[in-house]
Amino acid sequence: MKEEIITSGRMIPNIDPVLHVWHWQIPVYLFLGGLAAGLLFFASYYTLTGKTKNFPTAVKIGPIIALFAIVLGLIALLLDLKHPLYFWQLYTTIRLESPMSWGAWALFLIMPMAVVWIASYLKEIFPKLDSRKKFASLLKFIIVETETDKEFNWDWKFNWLRKFEQFVIKERKPFAWIMIVFSVILGVYTGILLSAFNARPLWNTSILGPLFLTSGLSTAAATIMWMSKNHTEKIVFSRIDLLLIVVELFFITHLFMGYVAGSQVKIDAAHYFLGGEYTISFWVNVIILGLIIPAILESLELLKFKVPIAIPAALILWGGLMFRFIMVDAGQVTRYLY
Amino acid sequence: MRYAMAIDTKKCVGCSDCVVACQTENNVPLGFCRDWISETTDGTYPKLELEIRSERCNHCDNTPCVRTCPTGASHIIDGGIIKVTHFECIGCGACIESCPYDARYFHPEGWVDKCTFCDHRLKNGQLPACVSVCPTKCMYFGDLDDKNSVVSKIIATRKWKVLAPEAGTSPQIFYLV
Amino acid sequence: MKTNRRDFIKISSMGAGGIALATTPLLNWIPGMIKSDEKKLDDIEAKRYPNYCEVCFWNCAGWVYTDKNDKIWKIIGNEDDPHSNGRFCPRGTGGVGMYTDNDRLKKPLKRVGEPGNQKFVEISWEEAIETIAKMMKEIKNKYGSESFALFKHGSSGKHFAKLFKAYGSKNIVGPAYAQCKGPREEAFKVTFGHPLHSPEPLDIRDTKCLVLIGSHLGENMHNGQVQEMSDAIDKDATIITVDPRFSTAASKSKYWLPIKPSTDLALLLAWIHIIIKEEFFDKEYVEKNTSGFEQLKEHVKNFTPEWAYGITTIKPDLIINSAYEMAKASPSVIIHPGRHVTWYGDDTQRLRAVAILNALLGSWGRKGGFFIPEKAKLPKYPSPKFPKPKWTWRDVKKGEYPLASTGVTNALVDGSHPAYKGEHPIKAWFVAGTNLIATMPDLNNTVEAINNLEYLVVVDTMPAEITGFADIVLPECTYLERYDDIRVSQHREPNIALRMPAAKPRFDSKPGWWICKKISEQLGLGEFFKFEDYSEVLDWQLKKIGSSLEEMKHLGVKKIGRKFDDLYFAEGEEPEFHTPSGKIELYSSVLESYGFDAMPVYKAHPEPEQGFYRLIYGRTPAHTFSRTTNNPNLMDITKENKLWVNPKVAEEWGLKNGQKIWLKNHMNRVSSFSIKVRITERIRWDSVFMVHGFGRTDKRLTNGFGSGISDTELISDIKIDKETGSTGMRSNFVTFLTEKPTRV
Ligand SMILES: Nc1nc2c(c(=O)[nH]1)N[C@H]1C(S)=C(S)[C@@H](COP(=O)(O)OP(=O)(O)OC[C@H]3O[C@@H](n4cnc5c(=O)[nH]c(N)nc54)[C@H](O)[C@@H]3O)O[C@H]1N2
Ligand SMILES: Nc1nc2c(c(=O)[nH]1)N[C@H]1C(S)=C(S)[C@@H](COP(=O)(O)OP(=O)(O)OC[C@H]3O[C@@H](n4cnc5c(=O)[nH]c(N)nc54)[C@H](O)[C@@H]3O)O[C@H]1N2
Ligand code: SF4
Ligand code: SF4
Ligand code: SF4
Ligand code: SF4
Ligand code: SF4
Ligand SMILES: [Mo]
Repeated sequence: MKEEIITSGRMIPNIDPVLHVWHWQIPVYLFLGGLAAGLLFFASYYTLTGKTKNFPTAVKIGPIIALFAIVLGLIALLLDLKHPLYFWQLYTTIRLESPMSWGAWALFLIMPMAVVWIASYLKEIFPKLDSRKKFASLLKFIIVETETDKEFNWDWKFNWLRKFEQFVIKERKPFAWIMIVFSVILGVYTGILLSAFNARPLWNTSILGPLFLTSGLSTAAATIMWMSKNHTEKIVFSRIDLLLIVVELFFITHLFMGYVAGSQVKIDAAHYFLGGEYTISFWVNVIILGLIIPAILESLELLKFKVPIAIPAALILWGGLMFRFIMVDAGQVTRYLY
Repeated sequence: MRYAMAIDTKKCVGCSDCVVACQTENNVPLGFCRDWISETTDGTYPKLELEIRSERCNHCDNTPCVRTCPTGASHIIDGGIIKVTHFECIGCGACIESCPYDARYFHPEGWVDKCTFCDHRLKNGQLPACVSVCPTKCMYFGDLDDKNSVVSKIIATRKWKVLAPEAGTSPQIFYLV
Repeated sequence: MKTNRRDFIKISSMGAGGIALATTPLLNWIPGMIKSDEKKLDDIEAKRYPNYCEVCFWNCAGWVYTDKNDKIWKIIGNEDDPHSNGRFCPRGTGGVGMYTDNDRLKKPLKRVGEPGNQKFVEISWEEAIETIAKMMKEIKNKYGSESFALFKHGSSGKHFAKLFKAYGSKNIVGPAYAQCKGPREEAFKVTFGHPLHSPEPLDIRDTKCLVLIGSHLGENMHNGQVQEMSDAIDKDATIITVDPRFSTAASKSKYWLPIKPSTDLALLLAWIHIIIKEEFFDKEYVEKNTSGFEQLKEHVKNFTPEWAYGITTIKPDLIINSAYEMAKASPSVIIHPGRHVTWYGDDTQRLRAVAILNALLGSWGRKGGFFIPEKAKLPKYPSPKFPKPKWTWRDVKKGEYPLASTGVTNALVDGSHPAYKGEHPIKAWFVAGTNLIATMPDLNNTVEAINNLEYLVVVDTMPAEITGFADIVLPECTYLERYDDIRVSQHREPNIALRMPAAKPRFDSKPGWWICKKISEQLGLGEFFKFEDYSEVLDWQLKKIGSSLEEMKHLGVKKIGRKFDDLYFAEGEEPEFHTPSGKIELYSSVLESYGFDAMPVYKAHPEPEQGFYRLIYGRTPAHTFSRTTNNPNLMDITKENKLWVNPKVAEEWGLKNGQKIWLKNHMNRVSSFSIKVRITERIRWDSVFMVHGFGRTDKRLTNGFGSGISDTELISDIKIDKETGSTGMRSNFVTFLTEKPTRV
């Protein structure tokens, strides 16, 4: 029998007996970050390929959701901080080796881009303004009502805003270029945040980056196909999503092959999913509900069966969220010592 | 200068004095610790082996904790000592996640704390508190760059190992076996 | 504010291509967000005060540091002190917790209502002192002062002993004898003419072979010995450990002899047999210095290793090889005499075998063996002569325990018990610094005795279990807050050490000397305590030997050169031993004269029945008995004891690691609380092990209450050592209860 114990009574909250420093905030933050990255990626992508007309949801609605995701993600991040009054220290330095740092910066920078993007489409999305709506009154400080033909219309309150809008609309492609770069940075970031932590055998694999990136894109695609009212857009995103699911399953297979071919600590890590305590939650929530069933439903859809699109979309979002929860949790359990 | 520690597992009795001394010296709040003792028993009665180790931050040469810190609160000072500046730390936990030895913890005030090699004592020419108190004198501390320091000498003459070398952090606490 | 950082070059942690934007200093000044960096501990205007540690009886000298708010910060060893060599053990380092513990006794307490009920009210010191003086006068008038017994342990006990001698009672006892080293002291005295005392004069640092029989150095943190054992390891000394448990010391040993408990004497006799038969002994030394060798040779001739194997379960070759190892090292070999030796009731005889073995190997008075200690002399502070008591503890149990050279606690407990039929019953107890409930075996007997008392006064620092039985409880301040006597102890070099307060007493606690002085004044015995402050006594004494309080405040410890250059026997010297024969008595004429075995004889001891396991107990490095099991610092290190169970036994019982179980002994005593199982290969399958001092039952102990269990509750079968009256405590057998027992 081998007995390994700590005899000095060490029992530090959230660290002993197993590490549990990151709770729900980090997986939520990763999920929302991945989702936002995917949404902004698709918006930029279809703008760059000049297909804004065919993909109105991806281009105009997606970024709105992305903005919410970013804001909520930042709130989640803030809630994770144990010394939150000092959060501004994040923005006094850039540390390229710290994914946490450039993630914070990426979110910080991409947020105004999303705002500008959305604002520049605001007139298209909401051409009319109903002054009774709360929303409108909230924006009073920045917009004014303009009355034409007994309809309420609106415009920016300040001339420079109007000029800026003109500028953005004119330069939309270069703008999309910038945004696509940042969305990729954000997406990759959510993937490699965990794999940067070599200390946790479960996370210490390079496949986690592309896997999380794919998963982020997949959740974004699912969101768009869910929100979309445009038939072709729905179909295209359903196909994109199916493709992403296949890629994801491929990565997951490789992930496990990597673990079991690895050192003892990696094998131990894999065992949490192959018979250990995370087996059921992982295989049921992530693989079956989050990937296989949506894949089947989407395939049926492609084969012209009628499937309410909300179901696969919701399942994919659920699977993506659970995936991050499980990976963050299980990763903290795996270790080199004791 | 490269500070390092060598700990003789043949002499350590696992008394935890190093832990108590660190707590009082550094005002580590009760319930937390910068160092701790592990005991590994191997074998079957009556053929047994016991290894006792006093563990703490390894002041690694390859420091994931410093790299993953988004604010620079975790940093390296002269002599390769890894420190945390409390008022720069946001309490994100990244460094804790990145340390294979679980050597860091959240101070109840929110910032991250860990072993400092008692740099405040080194400045005065004193040994770290744990080293200076150890009843079995099984801890050796000094400068690896100085070939005549106690650590350099002892690791040149004795067999040693480091903890979790496969984690790739290049730890600077050597266990004499 | 950033000075700490400026002192060092901040090496950029960035790899190639990294960019680090300097932190804008301005940002750090955003109001409300500034916090100092690390507390600059070295800048704290620390003051230091000398003291000697009271967390155990090794009494290491050190320095108590206070911070700028005059709060005790840390305790560090004094470099000049031979007990600590500047390094305290964890308990001494954690001694701060004795001071900071908020559960401490805060005011004098008086029981209200029935004796035995747990209702106390706070009273003033005046009232407390007056009440106690009244009790003492009453007992004196009714039965004579002798009927008031003092149980004491620790430094402040000395003041109370003086009070009692002045009062007219010499019934002064402490657990350090009959529950601890009594048999050892007498066994060595009858053999070498000299008891060992404390710190034991063992030359461990220079030994070539250290044999530990149950002495679990490393867990038993008697500082000097642990330090020297480490020195010995550095010098490649051979360690041999005899222990049913793979102790820390066993793990450092060349040979571990996992003996069947209670059979050590058989092993010792076999070792003696081999050493004589193979002529491994130090011939010149034995011839010159010992008497009774031929009788011994004859006595042990049948105690072969094979004979011992059948008893001890130790393989003959292991017995032979280890004996050879000792012989090789002779005379630089130490068969460690142990300290807590009250095990099986034949303890004097077992320790006699240890003494004989040492004698044969010639280790007494030899380098690497037993050195000859020397002690400083301090003159006594002037005081009147004590009255002569009419009877003492010896008369309580007439004629019994003839070898006991000092008070036997359990004799006085028996003398207080309703079953006592002798002439000299004990009617009241004064208890200072010993938690008898946790300390004395056979708890029920102790409680019955206490319930039979007219008065019980307890002086303690903590609401220990014994205080719950008291009529009056007095809160003493801790050793960090008071003066006590100068520590005068034997060592290689005679030395003295000072204890002085490092902080004001917390709450309404007072030093022992002050309490004694006040009581003595009420009793009209003020002459015995003629001083305003104890510092006067110390200064007077110190000045007599050419030092002063002032000097000692700076030094803490003062070494006083040896008078004689006789640390070891000189070559060709014929030392005189204080035995009847003037020689080391292998055959003891003293034991013979009292009708005891003049040479040790192995007798079998009771063994556990099916389903029962021998309860053995010991120490854990970070605790001292029950005195630390509420100490916040030390409870942080070890917060409970666990029951060591061999994996085979655990499997048989279906026990899981960490499972909580209750214990019941063979006399149906059940533990008050549950204990967690620790499944480990490090113990034999016929025994279970736990650390003494846990399982506190007083609810006022917020850290200690209900943490683990108390071994004392399960030690009810006592085997009395006939020679010394000591209580053998390891003949108790326990079984496991996996369900919480219902109590009636
Ligand atoms: N079951 C069992 N019984 C044993 C032992 C064992 O191993 N197992 N060991 C035996 C041995 S070897 C010994 S030496 C004895 C020890 O027996 P004790 O000395 O009685 O041991 P403690 O339990 O530490 O109790 C000491 C008490 O003194 C109090 N105290 C501490 N400091 C001071 C002070 O400065 N002033 C005053 N007034 N009180 C103070 C503490 O709060 C505590 O209540 O126990 C013996 N009894
Ligand atoms: N940390 C710490 N150190 C202490 C103390 C403390 O409370 N805490 N107390 C001090 C005091 S007052 C004393 S008296 C000493 C006591 O310290 P020791 O003299 O070392 O104590 P023992 O009770 O003789 O030893 C306990 C060991 O004996 C083993 N043992 C049990 N039964 C047998 C047996 O039948 N045969 C053999 N060979 N071994 C057996 C146990 O497994 C355990 O390892 O410790 C001192 N040091
Ligand atoms: S103080 Fe020394 S002997 Fe004790 S546990 Fe620490 S390193 Fe080991
Ligand atoms: S032990 Fe952990 S905290 Fe210390 S330097 Fe290494 S990685 Fe960082
Ligand atoms: S918790 Fe503090 S020290 Fe650790 S990585 Fe975050 S900011 Fe840096
Ligand atoms: S070096 Fe100092 S900070 Fe580090 S463990 Fe030792 S005492 Fe604690
Ligand atoms: S051995 Fe430890 S507890 Fe005992 S006196 Fe020395 S420092 Fe204090
Ligand atoms: Mo003792």
